[in-house]
Amino acid sequence: MTAVAAPPIVEMRGINVAFGGVHAVRDATIDVHRGEVVGLVGGNGAGKSTLMRVLSGAHPADSGEVIVDGKPVSITNPRDAKSYNIETIYQTLALADNIDAPGNVFLGREATTPLGSLDDSTMESETRKIMGRLNPNFTRFKMPVRSLSGGQRQAVAIARAVYFNARVLIMDEPTAALGPAETAQVRNLIRQLKADGIGIFLISHDIHDVFDLSDRISVMYHGRIVDTVAKDSVTPDEVVSMIILGKRPDELTQTEREQLELQS
Amino acid sequence: MTNVADATPVPGEAQPPAPRSLRELIAQTEIDLRLFGMLIAFVVILITFNVISGGKFFSPTNMVTLAVQASGIAIIATGMVLVIVSRNIDLSVGSLVGVIAMTYALLMTDILPDVLGLGPDTPFRWAIALGIGIAIGAAVGGLQGFIIAYIGVPSFIVTLGGLLSIRGVVWYLSSGAAVSGLDANFQLIGGGALGSIGAPLTWTLAVVGCLAIVALLFNGRRQRRRFGFPVRPMWAEVLLGVVGCVVVLGVANFANNSFWPEGLADRVAAQQGWGPKPEGGWRIPAGLPNPLILLLGVTLVMTWLATRRRFGRYVYAYGGNPDAAELAGINTRREILKTYVLMGVLCALAAAIASARLNGATLDIGQSYELYVIAAAVVGGTSFAGGIGTIPGAVLGAFVMQSLAYGLSFIGVNSPGQNVVAGIVLILAVAFDTLNRRRGSS
Repeated sequence: MTAVAAPPIVEMRGINVAFGGVHAVRDATIDVHRGEVVGLVGGNGAGKSTLMRVLSGAHPADSGEVIVDGKPVSITNPRDAKSYNIETIYQTLALADNIDAPGNVFLGREATTPLGSLDDSTMESETRKIMGRLNPNFTRFKMPVRSLSGGQRQAVAIARAVYFNARVLIMDEPTAALGPAETAQVRNLIRQLKADGIGIFLISHDIHDVFDLSDRISVMYHGRIVDTVAKDSVTPDEVVSMIILGKRPDELTQTEREQLELQS
Repeated sequence: MTNVADATPVPGEAQPPAPRSLRELIAQTEIDLRLFGMLIAFVVILITFNVISGGKFFSPTNMVTLAVQASGIAIIATGMVLVIVSRNIDLSVGSLVGVIAMTYALLMTDILPDVLGLGPDTPFRWAIALGIGIAIGAAVGGLQGFIIAYIGVPSFIVTLGGLLSIRGVVWYLSSGAAVSGLDANFQLIGGGALGSIGAPLTWTLAVVGCLAIVALLFNGRRQRRRFGFPVRPMWAEVLLGVVGCVVVLGVANFANNSFWPEGLADRVAAQQGWGPKPEGGWRIPAGLPNPLILLLGVTLVMTWLATRRRFGRYVYAYGGNPDAAELAGINTRREILKTYVLMGVLCALAAAIASARLNGATLDIGQSYELYVIAAAVVGGTSFAGGIGTIPGAVLGAFVMQSLAYGLSFIGVNSPGQNVVAGIVLILAVAFDTLNRRRGSS
């Protein structure tokens, strides 16, 4: 890991979330530094998305602390998160399908004229600039995003997150719905954003994606964080075993070890 | 992060390719195809009834009457668009119109003179009454909106309750009696010969309208040029400008061919000493009726709110994807509440027209408005799936429905027969729209 003692940009400590009787997130602690990609992996229902929704302001935590730049903050809605430059690309993309790309990129943060009217020209022009970087072939700026392809819609969702000077970016399964070429594009983008100094939480099912892009990997199992490990210190098989069994490699019993070796 | 070179368009992008079909030709003018189709339907309806009635239907007087009848429904329909776009409904508008119309009547007959000591000669008494009506509308709409947005009771239930209970309040307000006798000035809101703006103002308004059309086209083009976006081909700009101006001037000319009734003209002439009656009687052009002017203003303001303001953007975003609006940090509850406040205000305006035309209020004033208003919005292209609908579309929808009703009654079809046709047209319009959208999306 980095030898620099700089504090993390964002730290979540002891987060708990329960839906009725179901404890979706238990005492989870996770952080991300500048220019770092933290992969968040785990099986279905392990609590990855719920934990990140707390940071996005989409769902309140029952207890726990969120610390930004060393100071505890209160994030109770998406506006709070955005005010700390924490941006999210949701798995569903969360686009308003009936509105065009500029409208979606600026949704909730519209550019306005001095009299408070929507400044569509500025929004379209800015959207053209950012889309020129993310997806140079994109030309359908006046069409409702309903009519766009999966990759184009993804690009709009990414544009929305990165346009407003994100410092922390949460990406929930950013490549799940994409073809190979578009997936490669998103991977390049993640590297580029990382180089720009953005801290990224990357939720993914694809263990290769995670190994390829992350600096550290946090594994969740039944709402708990099993462990957070530096990518270089583990093998993909070890991470898979953590995902499946919910135990650190050194906690495994001899039988479990043998079972895993048999499987692989 | 930003690169100036990025903003310049790819060469060739600024000019769209030459049109290959009528559809593409229309697309290049960037006219809303749906709206265009409805305009055609409206014209076809007018022509059909004109032919059936042997050329009597399409007269200035008839058209002005039609417009006045449609304006109340159309005014409320502009708000209903936003309510339906945000996945709600308002069934209480007819009852709210009833309560506010009754309030206007009672204000002018009892409350203002007896309680507040404001006699019929008080200046701007009509405005005081209108202000009170608007406040009541906003308050009742706001209360319903609060229960819907913040407590989370489905809008169908809340406004169904409103439909029932607010209508009941009308009865209590007047103890079951109809009330009549409004201010002469207030009655002008309802139109009629005196409640029209006259020829000079009609022409002035038409010229202003033409200038506005040209300015809008010009400004839009300049703006798109400035940012290097593709612009419409020049022929399309000119065509839009010319057609727009011809329509505006044509409507003005038409309205100015609707004349004051002879008796009224004679009476006013005698009062004001206009001198001897000319050969063939006085021919005083009435011009555009006040309700239509009110509708014009409401349509402009509502279109501005819906397309140029954050409020409208948020309403549409919520309708398209409620979760997305929420996650974008929009205070969606507040925006929903606002749509109902707006509905209350629009109901107050429609109630003013309705009571002014009647010179009073009956117990059933505004009855079934909710159905006509919803029909107008839906025929005008508003979708119950949310997120889709335009304000000009709803206004046109109100005119289409009203032209059918008025035309049918003109050729002697009774009101049950009109309802049969209106219902069928409503279903056909939406069926057509549904098929069209399905084809468009696949």
